[in-house]
Formats: sequence, C-alpha cells, structure tokens
Amino acid sequence: MSVRAVTALPVRLEQGPCPKPTGRQSSRLRPDLQTAMLFLLPSTLGLLVFLIVPLLASFALSFTNWQVIGDLSFVGVANYIRLITADPVFWQVMRVTFLYSFEYLVLNITLSLTMAVWISSLSWGKQVFRLVFFLPTFTPVVGIAIVWLLMLTPGGVVDWTVATLHLPLPNLITTPNYALQALVVVALWSHFGYNMLLFGAALEAVPESYLEAAKIDGASAWQRFWKIKLPLISPSLFFGSVLTAITSLQAFDQVYALTHGGPGSATTTLGYAIYSQGFVSYHLGYASAIAWVLFAIIMMLTGLQLRLQRRWVHYDS
Amino acid sequence: MTARKRQSPAEAALWSLRHGGMVAVTALFLFPFFWMLSNALRPDGEVFTIPPRLFPSRMQWHNFLDVWVYLPFGQFFFNSFFVAASVTVIVLVVSSLAAYAFARLRFRFKASLFLVYLGTLMVPQAVIVIPLFLMMGTFGWIDTYQALIIPAAFSSFGTFLLRQHFMSIPKELEEAALIDGATHLRILLVIFLPLSKQVIALLALFTFTGQWNSFLWPLIVTNGPDHATLALGLTLFQGQQGTEWNYMMTGAAISMLPGLLLTILMHRYIFKGIAVGSGFGGR
Repeated sequence: MSVRAVTALPVRLEQGPCPKPTGRQSSRLRPDLQTAMLFLLPSTLGLLVFLIVPLLASFALSFTNWQVIGDLSFVGVANYIRLITADPVFWQVMRVTFLYSFEYLVLNITLSLTMAVWISSLSWGKQVFRLVFFLPTFTPVVGIAIVWLLMLTPGGVVDWTVATLHLPLPNLITTPNYALQALVVVALWSHFGYNMLLFGAALEAVPESYLEAAKIDGASAWQRFWKIKLPLISPSLFFGSVLTAITSLQAFDQVYALTHGGPGSATTTLGYAIYSQGFVSYHLGYASAIAWVLFAIIMMLTGLQLRLQRRWVHYDS
Repeated sequence: MTARKRQSPAEAALWSLRHGGMVAVTALFLFPFFWMLSNALRPDGEVFTIPPRLFPSRMQWHNFLDVWVYLPFGQFFFNSFFVAASVTVIVLVVSSLAAYAFARLRFRFKASLFLVYLGTLMVPQAVIVIPLFLMMGTFGWIDTYQALIIPAAFSSFGTFLLRQHFMSIPKELEEAALIDGATHLRILLVIFLPLSKQVIALLALFTFTGQWNSFLWPLIVTNGPDHATLALGLTLFQGQQGTEWNYMMTGAAISMLPGLLLTILMHRYIFKGIAVGSGFGGR
C-alpha cells in the first residue's frame, strides 16, 4: 500500500489478444485458463476487497453526510458544493497543497539534476557520494521529521546558528508563513536522492561519442549540457517529475510529525485534511469528498503524463 | 577521465573546487544524522544548551537500553518487524503467482485485467483509508495484526515488477519442461524464481522498508501501544511525559537502522534497479 506508483512507466502490452479458443486449440488452452485462474485468484481477490471496493465505497460515501454517530443520508453533491463555495478552509488547503507541491517539485528537480551532473563530473568517489545522498530514502519519514524538529524547534541548533550568523530568518516551525518551507526542506533532504540517481543513470547512458563529436565541433561544456545531455535525458526527467508531483500532492507523514497542519492551517495539505476531517472530526462523508478531489487531481496528472509521454519526450536509445 | 592531466593552474583549481566542494556538501548533508546520534547519546539536560554542544559531555550508551522500557519500544520494534516481514512474505508469494500468469499463461481478457492491475497503482492510500477503516471495524479487526498486515499485502506493484522480469526469460527454458509434463507451478518454482533473485531481493527490500516506514495506516487502525509500529511509536513519544529529546533521537536512530543497513548492503542492486527504470520508489 505504501509502495509508490509506477504508473509513469511506458507499459508494454506486446502480447496481442488471445486467439479465440476454437476447435483443436481449446484443449491446449483450457489447462492454461485453470492455472491462470488459480494463480490470479489471491491477488485479484485482495485487490478487489482491499482496494477497488474501498475506492468505490469512498466515492459513494462522498455523497453522504455520514459522521459515524447518527444517521447516514444521501446528500447528493452537497459535500462538493460546500467544498467549492462555502468552505474557506478547503481553498486554503488547496493553496497550501499546490504551493508545497510546486515549490518542492521545482527545487527537487533542480537540486537532483545539479547534484547528478556535479557527481558525474567527479573523477573519484562517485558511488560513495551517490550512496550518501540516497541514505535517507528508505528510512521512515517520521523518524527524519523528528530529527529535523529537534534542529528547527525554538532554541534548537538552527535558531542558534541563525542568531550567531545574524541571518534575517524567523523560526521556521512557529512562523505561519515559513512553516511550509520547513516541510519542503525536510522532504528535499529525505528524497532528492532518488531523482538524483535516476538522472545520474540517464546521464551515464548518454553516448560518449555524441559528446566527443560536439566537443570537436567546438561546443562548450555549457552547450553540450543544454543541447545534448538534457534532451537525451528528458524521458527520465519527465518520469521523475511526474512521480515526484504525484507523491508530493499526497504529503502526510512529515506534516503530521512536524507541524500537525499548523500553525493555524498554514501547513494543512490535502492528505492532512482528509485525515483530520475523517479521523479527528469524524466527518467521513466530507472527508471522502476531499479524498476524491485529491484522486481526481492525480488521475488528471497521470492522464496528462500518458498523453505527453508519447508526444514530446525524446526517446532515443 | 582517468589520470587527469592537470594542464593549467586554473584547471587544477577547478578540479579541487569541484571535489572539495562535494566533500563539504556531503558533510553538511550528513549533519542531521550526526545530530541525531550525538543527541541520542547525551543526558537530557544537554540537549538544549547555549551554545549547542556538538558532542555529549559523556557518552550515555545506556540510552539505547533505556528506550526499550521508557515506552514499550521492544513491543514497537517487534510489531514493526512482524508486520513488515509478514507483508513481505505474502507480497512475494502473491505477486510471483500473478506475474507468472501475466507473463506466460494464455487466457482471455489478459490485457484488460492487467490494465486494471496497473490502474490500482494510481490510487492514493489517503483515498481508500476511510472505507478500509470501516471495513476493519465490521471485521472486528481494529487494533489487530491482521488489520496491519492483510490490507497492506495486495499491491499490484510486485506483480508488475516481476512480470517485466519474467518476460525477459527465454521461452526455450521452460518449453522442454512443459513437454516433459511439468506443471506451471513447478516451472515457476524451479526455473523462474531462481532466475529472478535480484528482482525478488529488490521487491523484498522495497516492500519491507515500505511497511516498516508506513505511518498513516498504523496511525488509523491501531489504538495505543499494543500494536503500534516504530514509526507510530515515535509520535507517541511526543508529548507523553514531556518530550525527552535524547530518547526521541535514540528511537529515531533505531527506526532508521534497518533502512540504512539495507541501503548500504544492497546499494549496487538498488542503483541498478533505478537505472533500468524498474520504477520503484519514485519520490
């Protein structure tokens, strides 16, 4: 369940439709069908019960006013209308989520690409540096967030450094306008290593002969990067960006551990709003409507990606 | 690129800047790890001092023993391990069966069914947790191990990853066995799985750490410390009997240990997996 989506991969469905089981063939196909049903039974049943049914149930719930206690009644699209027109918090949540995701995406891609290029230019220690920046990837976000909380908390080591160097920075955690930045910093530290590796691998795959040829023609290192390397790694760049966007839209763990959505609602993301509406206030119907807004955004991103992937990403290898 | 000839002083300076700069950035990047360990090993009174102490006045190694009783950390550790290991075993069995069916067996609606499997990868956990929680309620599973394990064990990610690999295995290998009357199950066990050790190891690593780090679902489906996992337990530290930061850091360090060790041990495979675009773990 916590496994991240791989929907950004180009999917190969190269085996065409099965031949119709007619006449002679059916005797050969029947055992396959039985085996297939047996082999697929556990996973299909599991997906159905624990994923597809809850997904549809959540859609149905989003049209009710259920609050655990009291009656459940069908309210049509009232939840969605309330979200869009009456609830000032919802637009704040959307604003926070998109601000966070956009900023995180831009910084993540810039940072991971810069580091990938930098590391690939080194003549020793490449693997060690890559490993170091990748270290936080498989550790719990909550653990990381708590370490950063100790550093960022009022009176912590970051406050002391800022004061000593006379930097014009307020405390990130307690200042409403800056709390989101704390989330971005923590998420960047934890996860830019993945895209860095992805882009690094793509850079290594750029044929040396292209670069040599350009060099002979007098292209500068700057030109070689923008005109040759960048276009050639664009599939990875695109793949990484979409996955990063999809994941960051769902941010929850670091929000819970660092700020609990505060101060006020300054860091309440969609993921956190679903949790607090659903499991703190028990507005299950309303929370389900918010959840489907999130799902709709992610479906749109995935659709956009499948479409654009074919059109303008440069696949050449 | 080997044995760089440093022709000019300018180039030499650039070379040193590039390498020295990277070492400096690396050191800065590692500071949170250092700060965690340094605080995990100090007395509570030394956590907030002005100026901050880089190192504890004395190494309080017993903090690492104290946390096991301070909150039921032993219980959290066991819960995390038991849940993550169980999910991993189920995922490996269920996905290799399904992956084999998609890679090798012929049946109707295969392509459509596979698309459904792929589509489920797009569903964010946050969208299904409310009905899933209600479902656990009707099953009477709230605050049980099965609630932590079973709903988490059916991601089609493993099916997808293994299918991609199974399709790269040459058909000739199994054809002889099929003619000799071997069953598909036997072919999967004797031919396919042994040829897929690396991918299976990656899937196991990814599933195990994914569960170990999972937070939202344990937060929702457990009550109190009995079935809490480590990640959840860390947030139970917060607030309870004031925040004892040195113990929190000890706990954080313990929670990170398996992920760090596995990353270091398996980094070659992980890097290769990312390079070929197996697509696991996009962040």
